[in-house]
This record gives sequence, structure tokens and C-alpha cells, in this order.
Amino acid sequence: MTASRASLDLLYSDTEEELRFAVRALLADHCAPATVLARAESGRPHDPALWRTLASGIGAAGLLVPEKLGGAGASHREAAVVLEELGRAVAPVPYLTGCVLATEILLGCDTPEAADLLRALAAGQQVCVPALPLTQAPGAPLPQPLRDTGGGALTGTATSVADATAADVLLVLADTGLYAVPAAGARLTGAVPLDLTRPLATVTLDGTPGTRLADPATARAAVAGALLSGAGLLASEQLGLAEWCLTETVAHVRGRHQFNRPIGSFQALKHRLARLWLDVASARAAARAAADALATASPDAPLTVAVAQAYCSGVAVRAAEECVQLHGGIGMTWEHPAHLYLKRAKSDSLALGTTGHHLGLVADFAELPAPA
Amino acid sequence: MTPTAEDLAARTRALLAAHPPATTSRPDFLAARFDAGLAWVHYPEGLGGLGAPRSLQAVVDAELEAAGAPDNDPRRIGIGLGMAAPTILAYGTEEQKRRFLRPLWLGEEVWCQLFSEPGAGSDLAALGTRAVLDDTTGEWVVDGQKVWTSSAHTARWAILIARTDPTLPKHRGITYFLCDMHAPGVEVRPLRQITGEAEFNEVFLTGVRIPDAHRLGAVGQGWAVARTTLMNERVSIGGMRIPREGGMIGPVAAVWRERPQLRTHALHQRLLGLWVEAEVARLTGERLRQQLVAGQPGPEGSGMKLTFARLNQEISGLEVELLGEEGLLYGDWTLRRPETVDFTGRDAGYRYLRAKGNSIEGGTSEILLNIVAERVLGLPAEPRDDKDIAWKDLAR
Repeated sequence: MTASRASLDLLYSDTEEELRFAVRALLADHCAPATVLARAESGRPHDPALWRTLASGIGAAGLLVPEKLGGAGASHREAAVVLEELGRAVAPVPYLTGCVLATEILLGCDTPEAADLLRALAAGQQVCVPALPLTQAPGAPLPQPLRDTGGGALTGTATSVADATAADVLLVLADTGLYAVPAAGARLTGAVPLDLTRPLATVTLDGTPGTRLADPATARAAVAGALLSGAGLLASEQLGLAEWCLTETVAHVRGRHQFNRPIGSFQALKHRLARLWLDVASARAAARAAADALATASPDAPLTVAVAQAYCSGVAVRAAEECVQLHGGIGMTWEHPAHLYLKRAKSDSLALGTTGHHLGLVADFAELPAPA
Repeated sequence: MTPTAEDLAARTRALLAAHPPATTSRPDFLAARFDAGLAWVHYPEGLGGLGAPRSLQAVVDAELEAAGAPDNDPRRIGIGLGMAAPTILAYGTEEQKRRFLRPLWLGEEVWCQLFSEPGAGSDLAALGTRAVLDDTTGEWVVDGQKVWTSSAHTARWAILIARTDPTLPKHRGITYFLCDMHAPGVEVRPLRQITGEAEFNEVFLTGVRIPDAHRLGAVGQGWAVARTTLMNERVSIGGMRIPREGGMIGPVAAVWRERPQLRTHALHQRLLGLWVEAEVARLTGERLRQQLVAGQPGPEGSGMKLTFARLNQEISGLEVELLGEEGLLYGDWTLRRPETVDFTGRDAGYRYLRAKGNSIEGGTSEILLNIVAERVLGLPAEPRDDKDIAWKDLAR
């Protein structure tokens, strides 16, 4: 068993709080629940104007990109704070897919083409997402690579690709390495997603030309590292989502009167919400630990990420479910935003590995093997 | 001028130079430390302190630990240090502070707490032990029964709350006393608990006479004084850094690793779930500790006891099952009276049974959930009708 590092920093720095304030203010102005719902109903959930301000205005897109490539040279700790706020607003933006997963993959490729893409990505000029299923987990076998039919002409399909419809460039894992493929050259078939705020598509390539970014071994290592970061930072999105559900539900039960008293004065409801608060406080510690372990490239990071994912997925789902239940009939309506959070939470619990998958990783890393 | 960290380090080194731990007896060293104001630096001068910020105690402790100095065995005198002393400091007369604090800190006089009663647990303010003033002698005469009293059999003194006016609503008719445990009429009986041990006692008070000079605070002010005691009870929680697998999960994980023949798939899933929860609880405690160090205490402290109570119970329950046939056995049922509490010692069966108390002692989990809901989340209190009724008219 690996020793836990004594220097794990689980607090938020002043800079991180300033970043949170900026992102929260932007989302309050441009990403109110009614706006998110209206966009989802229109079939085009992504908001390009919101994205431009978040990506280049605030500079959130390049947090993980080094300064020499035009990024902020920040760390997973700052990206985690952005994701907390995006989760709190169920914001329909390609941040986790583009600014965490694709960015980490590109950072693992040591080629000029990858560096060029990182520059465009950090500046918010281009959106780039990996052509991998959203369910792809760290430590799980990768899907069958697409086929290079000669000279980087790629053929095959990738399913359940999140945010592909918002992307300019797709990162495609093929048998001869990793390729950047213009999204315009691919056929995207939109699916009907459970989570209305994160569109899914099947990506089909038929001899589509791509630019090679890495050889197969480098590509696989880069993808593995990116999946670890993605899973670790998803915990922060789940934390923000759970916090919104808790805050919203507490406000509701304080104001809603039945039996001539606020329903929040009934002990049955108080105990449920107190337990949920405890869960959210614990999720914060787990998510912060994962972000800090990734930021410091701790050897303990794989275990800390697995712990955070095994814990935070359940908390987010529970928070959203409690939000629906404790809102009563209101929580069951299409009009109230609770369902957007429930759908995101449930979908997030499948993204980047289920709780069960991450418990299996904990068994490996903590040396608690399954029965023979 | 309040002393700085440098001042305190210098004073501690001077103490160590004048009273080298290697050649000084433990009682002499502790007495010299108290008189140098290095016992609890946030206490006033002359009472074992120097009026320094409480956080600077760590400076003194680090110097003393490095020099191998003896301590005052805080586990043995925890109730005195954690509960009686801060209350005496806050409400005591000068005479009471001078009389009681020094022997308390030195461990010469052990303290216990006479608060809970068979009829007053979560609703402590409903307590029925009576104290009546004897006008002829100016003494209080106390009759009643207290329960769940740890250290009563070793204690010389007790902090005691009793009802002095049953015609007032329950919170207003209580007075706080310092009770001599050697006084006639104090009877201590071991209270055997489900583990077979008797960590606690029942204390029967029959015509016990307490001089008015041992009343702490004004007559009828006892509830406010008791709140000071109870708030200090919770301060100590959540201060320590715990290593991974440092709690109850450690022994179970060790059994899992060492004895593969006991493993099943169902137990594996439960073990992993609890391992993750224990690790997250550890991180939550560590985050709370970092907040305290940074001077930004968060409300998480009020929740940690809830989490640990539940986890200790689930983990120890899993351990008994994991052990299979061995889980049918128990170390032994001898009625012992341990001087300090040990939550994790002994075997799995003991841990399982002792952990049941974790969600009852020091505030039940149900009451703590109410506290979190009301003080952290701002949810309204349940409507209640007991606040304005005379104590004597309450249902019981």
C-alpha cells in the first residue's frame, strides 16, 4: 500500500477563490437554469457566446496548458474549481471533454502538431474533444482502434462521443497512432442523451484524412493519463452539482409550508438533509484530494482519484434524487431544473468509470485483492 | 504584553534547564511547569498560564516533547482538563480557581461529570436531582441519581448540575456545583455495559451536603454554566492527523490481506465500500484540521462524530462476519473497570459492541443531526411546548 502524502493541500487558495468568483458570476449571467433548459429543448445545448467568454475571456480553457504554449500554466486544482462551478450550473460547455481530456491527451504527445493544437485550444480558438465513449474509464481496456487504411486515412466508428457536435477537431485513436481529424470531415450522428446538457454522438469516419500526433504506444499512454485526470476532476463537477442540489433543497424546505409550518422543521426531512450535507462535505475533501494529487503528480494519484470517483458519483446522484423527492410534485415537473441535475448526475455516474469500476481499482492500489 | 512564540520557547527551555526531566521526579516537574505558566498558556498568570494565545501551546508542547519531559497523563484526567477546568475558569471565584485548577492539572485530583440521569439523557435540562439550601448551615443538600459517569470511582471531585427550583421552567431552575466525591452520601456503583466491562458508573446522591462556597455561578444560572462545559467537550474532536487505515478499518484490512481463505465476493464489495468511506472520512478530518490551522474553522467538525460513529459500527460488524467461526467467540466477559476508554483495543467482538456506544455517547446521532440541520443548514427547530412550563409540571 502506498503511503499517503503528508503535504496534501485540501483547502482553496485565494487565487482559486477569485477564479471561482469569476466563473460563477459569468454563469449567473449567461447560464441560468431556464436558459439551459431552453437551449436543450432547441436541440443545440452548447452556447458559443458563453464558451468564448469562459474559454478566452476568463482564460479557463488554457488552465492546464503551459505558458509557453499560450496557456495559464495553472494546475488541476484550478481546473477543478472551474468544474465545480460548471457542475453547479449544469453548464452545457465542452470543458471536461475539451479542456481536461483532450488537453491532457495532447500534452502527452510530444509533436509540433499537438503543440499547435494546444495553442489554439488554450486561446479558445478551437474546441477539440477525444473520439472516445464518455464511459471510457481509466484502467479499463480501450475500444477497438479505428483503422488507418493508408497514409492517415481513417475508417471506423466511435460511439457515445460527448460534445462532438461542439468540436472543431476530434482526437482519434487508430491502429497506427493518434490523429487529429477535422470534425467537418466526420459524419456525426446525434443520439438522444439522458443528460440533456452533454450531447452525445456517434462519430463515423470513412477514409477521412487525419494528422498524426503520436505513435500507438505514446497515444495509449497519453490517453491513460488523460482518463486519470478526467476521472479525478469529474469528482469536482459532481461536488458542484451536489452542492447546488443541497442548497436548492434546503431553500425549498425552509420556504414551503404544509401543516401550518415550514416542511424543513420536520425532523424526518432535517435528518435527511443533515446527512446529505455530511456527504457533500466529505465529497469536497475527496475531490480536493484528487485535484491536489493530480496537480502535484503524486504517486498516490491513481488511488486518490479512484477513491474520489468511487465516492463522489454516489453523492451527486443521491443529492439530485433527494432534490427531486424533497421538492415533491414540483421536483417532478419539466419546468423545475431539478431534472437537469438528476440527468447529469446519473450520466456522470457512468462517465469515466462507474463506482464499481473504481472500487476495483481501489482493490488493486490498496492491496485488498478479490477472492481467488 | 502577551508572550510570543519565541518567548514561550525560551521560557520552556529555561524550565527544562532548571528542572531537567532526567533528574526531576514527575510530580516535581509538572508542578514547576504549572508554576512557570506553561501548563496551559492561554490560562491567566498564576493559574498555570501566561495569557498567551491558545494556539501557542503547540510551541511549548513541541519543546517539552523533544526534551522527553513527562506529561500529566491527559487521558486519565480528560474530564477535568477538557470540561471542569474551562468552566471553573469561566465562572469560578478567585478562591475556587486557586483551590481547584492546580491539583486538577497536576493530576492530583481526578474529576468526573455528574450531568446525565436515567430520566434526562438527550433532554439534559429535564434533570431531576434536587439541591435544597439548608438555611441553618448555608449548605446545599443534594438527592438524586446520575448515570454514565466515567472516572467516578477514581474521582475526587465532580462537576454537578442539580435542580434548585422546580417551579421554574426547566432551563431556569438549575444550579451548578463542585461536589466532593468523598462526601458522605455519595455512592458509586459500576454500570456494566454490553461489552462486559464497566467503563462507567451510576452515582447515587443521598443527603450529600455541599457548602455554598462550592457553587459555581449564580443560583439558577446552572444551564448557562453547563453549556460552557458541553461546548468544551466537543472542542477536542477533529484535531489530530490520522494516517491512512489509522482507524477501525486497519485491523479489518490486515485480516483481509493475511487470511485469503476468509475472502468472499460479497464481503469484498462491502470491504471496498467501507475502505473508501473510511479514507474519505480521514480526508474530511484532515481538511478540517487544515482549516483550523489556517484559522478558518469550518462547520465540518459537527459532522465528524456522526460519520465516525456510523463507520465504526459498520466496519466492526463486517470484521466479525469476515472472521467466520472465530466471529462466534468473544475475548472474555470479565467485569473490568478500565481507567481510560479504548475504542479499538481488544478483539473484533469487543470493537463491534463498544462501537454501538459511539452513536449514543457525547450526543446521540439523532440529536447531532438536529444540530447540523439547525446550526449549519439553518432549518427551523421543531415546534416545542416544554420551554415555558414549570419543570414540576413536565410529563415524565
